[in-house]
Amino acid sequence: MSKLDSKIPEGQLEQKWEKYKSSVALVNPANKRSLEVIVVGSGLAGASAAATLAEMGYKVKCLCFQDSARRAHSIAAQGGINAAKNYQNDGDSTYRLFYDTIKGGDYRAREANVYRLASVSANIIDQCVASGVPLAREYGGMLSNRSFGGTQVQRTFYAAGQTGQQLLLGAYSGLQRQVGLGTVTMLARHEMLNVVNIDGKCRGIIARDLITGKLERHFGHAVLLCTGGYGNVFYLSTNAMGSNVTAAWKAHKKGAFFGNPCFTQIHPTCIPVSGDHQSKLTLMSESLRNDGRIWVPKKAGDTRKANEIPEEERDYYLERRYPAFGNLVPRDVASRAAKERCDAGFGVGTSKMAVYLDFKSAIARYGHTKAVTQGVHNPSVQQLKDFGKQVVEEKYGNLFEMYEQITGENPYELPMRIYPAVHYTMGGLWVDYNLMTTVPGLYALGEANFSDHGANRLGASALMQGLADGYFVIPYTIGAYLSKEISVKPISTDHEAFVAAETESQAIINKFFEIKGTKSVDHFHKKLGKIMWDKCGMARNEKGLKEAIEEIKKIREEFWKDVCVPGTANEFNPELEKAGRVADFIELGELMCMDALSRTESCGGHFREESQTEEGEALRKDDEFSFVSAWENKGNHSYELHKEELKFEAIKIAQRSYK
Amino acid sequence: MSHGNMNLTLKVWRQKSDKVAGKLITYPVQDISPDMSFLEMFDVLNEQLITKGEEPIAFDHDCREGICGMCSMFINGQPHGPKKGVTTCQLHMRSFKNGDTIVVEPWRAAAFPVIKDLTVDRSAFDRIISKGGFISVNTGNAQDANNLPIPKPDADKAFEAAACIGCGACVATCKNSSAMLFVSAKISQFALLPQGRVEATARVKNMVAQMDEEGFGNCTNTGACEVECPKGISLENIARMNREFYVANMKE
Repeated sequence: MSKLDSKIPEGQLEQKWEKYKSSVALVNPANKRSLEVIVVGSGLAGASAAATLAEMGYKVKCLCFQDSARRAHSIAAQGGINAAKNYQNDGDSTYRLFYDTIKGGDYRAREANVYRLASVSANIIDQCVASGVPLAREYGGMLSNRSFGGTQVQRTFYAAGQTGQQLLLGAYSGLQRQVGLGTVTMLARHEMLNVVNIDGKCRGIIARDLITGKLERHFGHAVLLCTGGYGNVFYLSTNAMGSNVTAAWKAHKKGAFFGNPCFTQIHPTCIPVSGDHQSKLTLMSESLRNDGRIWVPKKAGDTRKANEIPEEERDYYLERRYPAFGNLVPRDVASRAAKERCDAGFGVGTSKMAVYLDFKSAIARYGHTKAVTQGVHNPSVQQLKDFGKQVVEEKYGNLFEMYEQITGENPYELPMRIYPAVHYTMGGLWVDYNLMTTVPGLYALGEANFSDHGANRLGASALMQGLADGYFVIPYTIGAYLSKEISVKPISTDHEAFVAAETESQAIINKFFEIKGTKSVDHFHKKLGKIMWDKCGMARNEKGLKEAIEEIKKIREEFWKDVCVPGTANEFNPELEKAGRVADFIELGELMCMDALSRTESCGGHFREESQTEEGEALRKDDEFSFVSAWENKGNHSYELHKEELKFEAIKIAQRSYK
Repeated sequence: MSHGNMNLTLKVWRQKSDKVAGKLITYPVQDISPDMSFLEMFDVLNEQLITKGEEPIAFDHDCREGICGMCSMFINGQPHGPKKGVTTCQLHMRSFKNGDTIVVEPWRAAAFPVIKDLTVDRSAFDRIISKGGFISVNTGNAQDANNLPIPKPDADKAFEAAACIGCGACVATCKNSSAMLFVSAKISQFALLPQGRVEATARVKNMVAQMDEEGFGNCTNTGACEVECPKGISLENIARMNREFYVANMKE
């Protein structure tokens, strides 16, 4: 325990951040100019951090593996971003957003971090609007809100079903502005492959230019990892194909502890798997649960088409089990409920591993409202349907189109078929209140860190956290460290530590080509993914996890004996990139299973079958497990568990109930 | 591994790098399922090539849900293929018939040099954005978001323009390799919003100058860009950009 200092400021919860901001050490403008910061990743956290730090005067270098900073996977976030603005006058406040987030996370997040997140949430909306992000508006010109899971207020801001795109393009435009001003050097198509530590501090990275294949050394007084989550360890997830854990994992191997690796979010509403060719899964935004009702037939094995099943023979199981929150229960609860129905034989579709998300009532309801506003007094059935469809299209049009592209079915006529899929990882690099990892000078922001969502993230909170970290937290907290670094001159990249780190990365690349095996990288990735999904997915138990650990060890051995990486190192080689990422996923998968095995309680997205209530809900064991698991890499695939005790002072903890 | 029952002939552009010439190579693919996306069909082909000891085809892709703008295949003479309003990753094989021959090329434009096979360099777009595709507001300066009411029709129009994913299909389909649709979408987004009006003059002049410098062609109003745009960005934006451009130059 001695190794973990969360550095939470003293004082009342509500005043910690304010006091911190007014007392943290500052760096004067002249000194900022000579301090270099490397930002890895250009999503919401990375782009907002890079742009803001550059505005402040730091010399910034930003890397992304995609062909442009604008492609980062934050762009795919659909539904919205939370902020405690209380524009709807429905009783929202910083405290309520804080409370909902802690409760939604099943009491496994740090109070001080979450309170800070809630309190800067409103600034994010202001910042985005000022930078031209076209968020949805009402006719009076004011911003519009909608509801998301796990809350009873409307605090989610959105831009149709493309909120992530609009926020990311906003952050990207700020970043490109700094690129144009020469304060940020943008390195697209670059992948970080190693961390360079000198005298116990992080001083730079090794990156590969993905076009030329050349390894490069980059010095920084501080390094920020904004590299997203590791959901692709499951092979199939809603993540982008390139999303990976490599940067975080290399940092982990160089001393950064990994926090709560087994905390994975399985999102309840995704388009089901259609065949073994499937390369990724597509999310249907949680915002759809504002208007869509989830159901399965009351009769197991019912083979009738959805529209042929009469109302009284439908089981709206979320409304039945959770009357207070209904279809808007948190994601972990909704996902488990879908799995429970399908496992019990009530699933629908050809695979029987799907449930319906139905918009019929919403279309009817909106149809009536619109008929009234249009002054149509005796609307025909068809008119009502058309009106209703128009309203639904305005709200969710792009999602409905996407669904139809992928499945070939029209969701305005037939209910959507959905099933849970891996979506987000609450776990990540352990960071203190300053967002610094256990390696001084090495930070982790956004989904790459573990900090704010506990064991389950609420919808529309990922965008909030990414931008909070980048726009409003790191610009202050980095000063606490860099103010002591002002006399440190840039270290030459000829330093032996840089040479050693590059040699290490080069050796891994060389090894891939030496193996000359017979199986593609994807072959191993799919095998790993299946194990993770079956044994470390929505439900976990001791036996399965122990088997998984053994199976993953075998995959690792086989991978390093028989993987086939075509081409050469000194060229654009996507297969080589994949090989490096999958090698790291295999190691991470083992640690995730170890973490899941050690936590014998259920909490949030981590459901241990051995620990459930009589009604099948997750049963926490607060006496034993009210801590963050932070794993230290001891080399040679061994890990040591450190615990950060979680203290709840502002909130009284209780078993979650959404009934 | 069997997936489905479609058999196709692919003619794919192979080019080792921008230093050497490329050519179309023919590949038969079997057992394709109509439910596969076009890129998943390429995954199957690449898996076959790797097992045979050949080099897989390099192509750009990332989110595979039609929003990141990275995928970029020129399919049978159309960017993103025959289906309207979709990116390559959202094009599914049910849009083709068993026995079809499909020709797949990279985006072709002088300003988008080929990196390898179907991968091109679109960094020109980033350079155009860095000349003015932003509002110059530093973090921390913002007023309360609702202090600036914006008429819903304007906000909606700005959003429609902002939906551009920067894939470059407009350039690829244009006989002049013009980037006017891309540039005008960004200019329109900010021109329609009060926050963006402050630097509208400088923005349009600087972005257009950079667009010309990158070697994109001019617009001759063929409208192909609007037809092929996967996000339905309207030609109206080009008209708006032209107006902005004239007004900006009149001001001098």
